[in-house]
Amino acid sequence: MIAPMALVLLCVAAWPLGRTIWLGFTDASLAGAGDAAFIGWENYYAVFGGQAFGVLADPQWWRSVGNTLVFTVASVSLETVLGVLVALVLHQRFPGRAWVRAAVLVPWAIPTVVSAKMWAWMLNDQFGVVNAALEGMGLIDAPLAWTADPLLSMVAVIGVDVWKTTPFMALLVLAALEMLPRDIYEAARVDGIHPVRVFFRVTLPLIRPALVVAIVFRTLDALRVFDLVYVLTANSPATMTMSVYARRELIDFQSAGTGSAAATLVFLIIALAAALILTAGRLRGREAGP
Amino acid sequence: MIARIAFALAVVLIVAVSIGPLGYAVVTSLETGSALFTPGLWPDAPTVANYAAVFAEQPFARNILNSILVAGGVVVLSLALAVTAAYALARVEFRGRGLLLGTVLSVSMFPQVAVLSGMFLLIRSLGLYNSLPGLGLSYLMLTLPFTVWMLTTFVRQIPKDLEEAAIMDGAGPLTIIGRVFLPVLWPALVSTGLLAFIVAWNEFLFALTFTLTAETRTVPVAIALISGASAHELPWGRIMAASVIVTVPMVVLVLVFQRWIVSGLTAGAVKG
Repeated sequence: MIAPMALVLLCVAAWPLGRTIWLGFTDASLAGAGDAAFIGWENYYAVFGGQAFGVLADPQWWRSVGNTLVFTVASVSLETVLGVLVALVLHQRFPGRAWVRAAVLVPWAIPTVVSAKMWAWMLNDQFGVVNAALEGMGLIDAPLAWTADPLLSMVAVIGVDVWKTTPFMALLVLAALEMLPRDIYEAARVDGIHPVRVFFRVTLPLIRPALVVAIVFRTLDALRVFDLVYVLTANSPATMTMSVYARRELIDFQSAGTGSAAATLVFLIIALAAALILTAGRLRGREAGP
Repeated sequence: MIARIAFALAVVLIVAVSIGPLGYAVVTSLETGSALFTPGLWPDAPTVANYAAVFAEQPFARNILNSILVAGGVVVLSLALAVTAAYALARVEFRGRGLLLGTVLSVSMFPQVAVLSGMFLLIRSLGLYNSLPGLGLSYLMLTLPFTVWMLTTFVRQIPKDLEEAAIMDGAGPLTIIGRVFLPVLWPALVSTGLLAFIVAWNEFLFALTFTLTAETRTVPVAIALISGASAHELPWGRIMAASVIVTVPMVVLVLVFQRWIVSGLTAGAVKG
């Protein structure tokens, strides 16, 4: 009963992953990968005539790792805070609540490529509505180059990601909020405890398990981000993430060897992050357990 | 009173930020020429010229059909494979069941780029490069893990008496799945299928890498590759028109099936 599913997953997940790892140790090019020769660790790190080569010796690789980490930490934290705030608002009873909830889902429903294009247009330096609005409000004197300036383009990528994924966070938190018993809040209200205190002392600890799951999902997702960065800022070194770097090596530079080596590193980093998170979660669970 | 006004403002802000960009894309898509380059919130002389141009200047109708075929095929295949597996994973006790489920779930954490070169060789060796079946095959890696996981969670929630009665009457596993589970499981199938459809519909990296010609491209790639006379002169009106065309059905779908999708997401994440 399980065999068909397991067989398909072996073919489309395990086998390609194994092939990628193997290619990382060869001098293959995707055009004629059949006659690739094993070259050991050379795609990762090698020294020829006093000069270091390989992914690990490439400053752009380390910059991509840094970019990915900055992107992940910034976007996941912002999404978490905003997601909880939006969920708290949606948890209240007010007229038109169903419509507002529906509206919040819209950014999530828009394909990533489309949202990247939409924002690229709104952030356009000459004709974009964002610069026009900022200038109209007197906040800036000259138009900003949102997708070209090294610092601003990172801000733009993070901003668009937060816009796109906050609904996911808000929905998961809202689902957790709705499972909480209402009588605790009654009791807190009767005792005259300030709502902010109630949130930090009662609500937050109760929704923590759901929140942690959502954060884990989003973190692992952010570490492999590709579509948004690639469509919004192409292969710009300032925002290049690990996935964008690996694809550039593989496809644009037609170097299956180094590209696969970089892809393997991306896999290892994400697997390591997952393992760390799971271990931390388990240790914490044991502390809190009976 | 101040608190109420602040709350109302927060609600207005949330709605504006959520749907504003899509609204602005619609406005842009209705403008041409110089109107396009004067930022405004309302089209002065609305025209559908961009919508006509999207279909005239590239095989966009074909791209939409490609996306529907690939996503539809992926949904059917994933659900068929996942339902049978979920039945066994939820109901049959065997050694290594937890390990198997964990392995399946770990595939959903695979970065796509990590399988890119291996998948390329697989697809090419099957002779499926630059074809829709090849693309669909690669999407199974993205959809199968979470469809299996979600359906297993749903099957576990079904009371056991249901199938015990069927077993008493001498029904085999396939009969049980078809006659007992599917009727109870269809809301789960709808939400899981929808999520799989959205994943396949939105996918970009595989579609960009495994297709070559305009006729086999799916919608996200087609939109990303729309270009103008020069690299610095993007036809924004046309890009926005194409964006609106593929986004509106998605938004309608998500809004109509809101409850199912939310229940699916929470079953996959919170309960897991």
